[in-house]
Amino acid sequence: MEKRIRILVAKPGLDGHDRGAKVVAQALRDGGMEVIYTGLHQTIDQIINTAIQEDVDVIGLSIMSGAHLPICEKLAKEMKKKKIDDMMVVVGGVIPKRDIPKLKEIGIEGIFPGGTPFDESIQWIKKHVKTR
Amino acid sequence: MGVAKYIKNEKDEVQEVILQSGIHIKPLYNKKDLEEIGFDPEKDLAPPGEYPFTRGIHPLGYRSREWTTRQYTGFGTPKETNERFKLMISHGQTGLNVAFDLPTQMGLDSDDPQAEGEVGRVGMAVDSLRDFEVAFQGIPLDRIGAGLTINAVASIMLTMFQATAEKYGFKKDRVSATPQNDILKEMIGRGAWIFPVKPAVRLIGDTIEYAMKELPRTNPVSVCGYHIRESGCSPVQEIAYAFQIANAYIEEVLRRGHPIDDFVRGFTFNLNVFGNLWEQVAKFRAARKLWAINLKERYGAKDSRSLLLRGIFGGGGYGMTKAQPENNIIRGAYYALAAALGGAQTTALCSFDEAYTIPTPRAALLSLRTFQILMEEIGLRDTVDPLAGSYFIETLTKQMEQKIVEEMKKIDEMGGMIKAVETGYVQKEVARQAYEFEKGVQKGELIKVGVNKYTEGEEMEVELHEYRQESVVEQVQRLQEVKRERDNRKVLQLLKDLESAARTEKNLMPYLLDCCKAYATVGEMTKVFKEVYGEFKEPSIF
Repeated sequence: MEKRIRILVAKPGLDGHDRGAKVVAQALRDGGMEVIYTGLHQTIDQIINTAIQEDVDVIGLSIMSGAHLPICEKLAKEMKKKKIDDMMVVVGGVIPKRDIPKLKEIGIEGIFPGGTPFDESIQWIKKHVKTR
Repeated sequence: MGVAKYIKNEKDEVQEVILQSGIHIKPLYNKKDLEEIGFDPEKDLAPPGEYPFTRGIHPLGYRSREWTTRQYTGFGTPKETNERFKLMISHGQTGLNVAFDLPTQMGLDSDDPQAEGEVGRVGMAVDSLRDFEVAFQGIPLDRIGAGLTINAVASIMLTMFQATAEKYGFKKDRVSATPQNDILKEMIGRGAWIFPVKPAVRLIGDTIEYAMKELPRTNPVSVCGYHIRESGCSPVQEIAYAFQIANAYIEEVLRRGHPIDDFVRGFTFNLNVFGNLWEQVAKFRAARKLWAINLKERYGAKDSRSLLLRGIFGGGGYGMTKAQPENNIIRGAYYALAAALGGAQTTALCSFDEAYTIPTPRAALLSLRTFQILMEEIGLRDTVDPLAGSYFIETLTKQMEQKIVEEMKKIDEMGGMIKAVETGYVQKEVARQAYEFEKGVQKGELIKVGVNKYTEGEEMEVELHEYRQESVVEQVQRLQEVKRERDNRKVLQLLKDLESAARTEKNLMPYLLDCCKAYATVGEMTKVFKEVYGEFKEPSIF
């Protein structure tokens, strides 16, 4: 049997708007993935620790505050330090189009701005993930 | 944005209309519908200004007083925010609604490592009284009331507001603040909580008790069905949950021995306007009636002023779309119409560009103009409760009323809102519906113009509000300056006094006021509370 993809849905930083994160978590679960939801106000360290402990294949960040660039930069840097930079990172939320190339540069592979159909993100993750 | 389901036949005729609250709308209403639902014009439709206030809380509605306009405003430094306040006031805005950045909402100073990247981003940064002094400089606080969109640290911000007003020569009994101060809804949606439920509710009790005695024109709590609706619940639940949250705060103050009529006049509500127009109008009318009944029958309120549901009806954020953003200008106009037909005392709108950015001045002014056009051109000031007596609206108002009562009962049976939040019941219910809603949109069952119908392909470019890195530097510099200039020994002593008081049942507001006046920072005061109370842990809902 194919291994189920394990994905961490994380809310980094101070923003508490979690409608999107909770909706996507339910959709990913219905899409056949094992979903771990961190809850709110997570530091980058907390997210990385949970990702390691839970041995996930994908880290999915939900960011609505506009701080996606500094948060993703910090995450990428810390992942490298902890040697888990082979883990896939995807981001959803309020992401202006002009920031997408910058996010890709940082190493964020999948970017799903608000309103992306569930199916599109689920299929994208399934296609690109390397299960660990 | 469409939030009702429309079921059509092959000839494109509408067969069924199902509102978000689950009510089926009929193609035609007449007298018989009113009879069937038990509508009693004497009991249900007293004149405006009379119990049960279905038709409004003032006899003459907007004739006697236009609504207050209060666009949500704040970004960067207090100085930048002050400039925007003045711009909005110079264009006819009649109130303020202050947006704080996330570090401030979470009780962190601008130099805290956790604040990195967030200082001044979604609101203005406030570290100490110095920032309030700058933000409100030159604002006529005896004329312009200020909404403060702050919750976990609302007690701190209210004392900052008082200290600032006094410093600028306004008497504390002449100024009016409306701190949002509704922590239970933060735990359900929005998420800007810090302390566990019980101490957090105690702090709200302290602000209500304090305002009752010291700040008589202040509304110490603005209970928000708004954000719960944004998070996914139905309009019926929006009201039911808001009322049960309000009841939790009421009981906290009653427990301290204050009669209901001494404090409940300070309660206001923040309710949402997006969705089906009729459902929103009926919701506001039903809510006014049920709030009056709630106060009279559940709590024995006798003063008629205690029975009035006053509120800001506005926003509409979740109805706005990122696709074809200019459509949001049109949506906003209809949402504001719903607020006006619903008899809002105060209003505000999410601006058309808010799915992208902090509103640009042009976008914020467009929202303001929307209100002005409604009141001064279109005729919304002409007569009070213009939809009253309509077979349809009165039937729908009764139906909404019955459903709200049912939802309130569910929370009562659970032992009240505090329990329902601690166990995660409400959060789960809200998240489940948000998911169902999104599936409905993605399947095309719920129509969003420009999103899943009449799409245009290429995304439109929107002028973005620029986040200024220099603002962060300025803010941190000012914080350091304040810390250098203040009497640090005095601050330490006052923080110790605050800590000792926090371990007792004493009202903490006088202690906070002293700390603020000595330029203690928001982060320092919050840290005291974190040490005494700990932090909220979210119940797991998956």
